[in-house]
Amino acid sequence: MRSRRGRRRSRYYLWLLLATLILIARTPVAADMARRWLPLVKDGIHDPKSPALRLLQQPGEALSRLPADVAGSQVNWTAALEQGRINPRTNILPETKIRVLDTDILLNLRGGTPIVRFPHRQHTVWLDCGNCHEQLFKSKAGANKFSMQLILQGEQCGVCHGAVAFPLTQCGRCHNTARDKPLPAAAVRGS
Amino acid sequence: MRKGMLMCLLMLMAAVAVLDVAPARAEYGDVVLNKRSDKEGMRPVIFSHWFHRIRFRCKVCHDELGFKMRAGANDVLMVDIVDGKFCGLCHNGQIAWGTERCDLCHSGRHGLESRIHGGNQSLGPGRW
Repeated sequence: MRSRRGRRRSRYYLWLLLATLILIARTPVAADMARRWLPLVKDGIHDPKSPALRLLQQPGEALSRLPADVAGSQVNWTAALEQGRINPRTNILPETKIRVLDTDILLNLRGGTPIVRFPHRQHTVWLDCGNCHEQLFKSKAGANKFSMQLILQGEQCGVCHGAVAFPLTQCGRCHNTARDKPLPAAAVRGS
Repeated sequence: MRKGMLMCLLMLMAAVAVLDVAPARAEYGDVVLNKRSDKEGMRPVIFSHWFHRIRFRCKVCHDELGFKMRAGANDVLMVDIVDGKFCGLCHNGQIAWGTERCDLCHSGRHGLESRIHGGNQSLGPGRW
């Protein structure tokens, strides 16, 4: 027969196990399985009395079917497009020219953090050249002065990243190229 | 031993409190437009980026339709929409529901501030 002390100890370990399991469940690895979206009626901005709530699509219904991400809307929109899981329209007006560019630009070449390899393709499948050029950024490589401070304030890349595109907590997704290895040859050197 | 169990319980509660926070209210990139709605007796408009992005690429609204990429920078008047500008290029009863279905867009709580909601996870000083 087990002693009272032994029983108490096993209960202690049970609690410890439970706490650990909850901790694991909340990590980014598990987040893929635990993605969740608030129903519109509880999202804090829709009026629960609005008749629209019976008709509008629920975010969970639409987004749970798309490739997972750990931040933002919890959907990797680039992957969703590349895998053909969504096929959003490129234009409404038939005369609109669809422009896609496939050049990578290396940025932050003299900084301390890893180099930024900016891919034009992933941006231009969604956006038009005119959305960034020439107002936000000059087209000439090396002509732009980037500032993380400005980006955090919603300028430059921060016009989208941090508001509608993946947030600025995802450092490594832009600062994605090691400084101590040979630089990718195909990429253009920026500032 | 009782002390140990108490510690465990506290740890458990702390884990739940700290890590199991409620998801951010609104969806990432939801925009509330309320420059005029409340004053005119309508619910504010909720524009969901996620809903539109599944169906249209950014360039459709931000290039073809001419929406500036800064919440609050666009002066969207109902009369223009009915004329086929801004939202009205699609919300005409052909590509998307028409302007007679007021409630589907004007679905927000009264008194909401016009801005991007659910975004800005970097918690920068922010102009969103």
